[in-house]
Amino acid sequence: MLRIAFAILWSALVSVVAVPALAQDAPDRTATGGAQTLSDILARQEQMKVDDGFRRENTGDPSAAKPTTEQLGTLGGASDPDLWRALRYDSVNIRVSAGGDVAATLVQDGGMAWLAFREGPLRTYGGWLLLGTIGALVLFYLLRGRIGVDGETTGRTVTRFKAIERFAHWMLAGSFILLGITGLLTLFGRVGILPYLGHEVNSVLLIGGKWIHNSVSWAFMLALLMVFVMWVGHNIPNRGDIIWIKQFGGIIGKNHPPAKKFNAGQKVIFWSVILFGGSISLSGVSLLFPYALPLFAKTFAFLNTTGLPEMVGLGVLPTELAAQEEMQLAQAWHAIMAFVLMSIVIAHIYIGSVGMEGAYDAMGSGEVDEAWAHQHHSIWLDEEKAKAAAQQPAE
Amino acid sequence: MKVMFAGFAAIFIIAVAADFVLDEIGFAAAERQSGPSVRLGDAY
Repeated sequence: MLRIAFAILWSALVSVVAVPALAQDAPDRTATGGAQTLSDILARQEQMKVDDGFRRENTGDPSAAKPTTEQLGTLGGASDPDLWRALRYDSVNIRVSAGGDVAATLVQDGGMAWLAFREGPLRTYGGWLLLGTIGALVLFYLLRGRIGVDGETTGRTVTRFKAIERFAHWMLAGSFILLGITGLLTLFGRVGILPYLGHEVNSVLLIGGKWIHNSVSWAFMLALLMVFVMWVGHNIPNRGDIIWIKQFGGIIGKNHPPAKKFNAGQKVIFWSVILFGGSISLSGVSLLFPYALPLFAKTFAFLNTTGLPEMVGLGVLPTELAAQEEMQLAQAWHAIMAFVLMSIVIAHIYIGSVGMEGAYDAMGSGEVDEAWAHQHHSIWLDEEKAKAAAQQPAE
Repeated sequence: MKVMFAGFAAIFIIAVAADFVLDEIGFAAAERQSGPSVRLGDAY
């Protein structure tokens, strides 16, 4: 009896709470005959999220037309407003004589959201990420100073990187810096250069930057491939990495944990460069060949099958994207990934130059002092010594 | 240092070659937005 009473009470409570919620979800549009209401328009102007399904899908139904034999048959099942709505939401089948499939999209309003994102959060958060990274490194340098070599150097050197490895590294590094600078000029030129140096200077920088960005990208991709092939074997995580991470790699504190050719920190850099660099390359190629390599509709469809977007509150991601929308998403993704990688690479440049004594030699001449090698890559040094001993002819 | 400069030189060579090849195969973003009935001028 008590259970029944509780069930009645519960259902009454649910109905009281749920009915107004449902009414809120589906606004009453009978006054406008199903068309948008003043509150819809005001909400849109306030840039609030409006469910526009009642317009998007209201594009007429020719099959609902009266047969031509009937009195009103010639009017058909679709009206001019239906056609305009279909044009507005890019759901009408259009044929164009020039411009290919892309030109068949007459209205695509995602450009405004993309522009707002590019001029707003992308510049703001991206800029602060880079400045914050530089600030953190300056602070770290002031607190920790340069990481030196403990004790005396031996004067004996060991080859850390062969010429081909250094060649690929510098090709990757040089191209990434050029791509980073030209990318930043493209994003910040309008607010950081134009007001101070004028249109002419900004224009020259942008035209030159565009050529450099588009052309140098191929060198970056080739170098990325070279580096991946040459170093992937040395960058597979192993148990030694846990010890290295526990001791903060000797960067904080006085310990110098043993490491192979690459320590855990370098592995993080390697995989960041490969994964972020690979993602930047893929989205970059999509942008280099506009509309030829759409990536996002298929990616979204795959993500939807995993249920991940709904889990994080993004709902079901759209899987039918206009060609222009694909480009907007590719550009946004390209820039986000680039900012993250730039921030990581700035830290890498710091540790490879002013942050650690002797680190530059590894990529400069390729030769490092044995004391440095023992301090930072002791397992690798032992292996190299064993190899050298094995190659020496027996006496 | 020599290897470093060789790497930088390779960037320049690849960039010029990429620009030339893409030009030769008639690829340009402007062409992707266009059709046979549109004249784009000598630059493309």
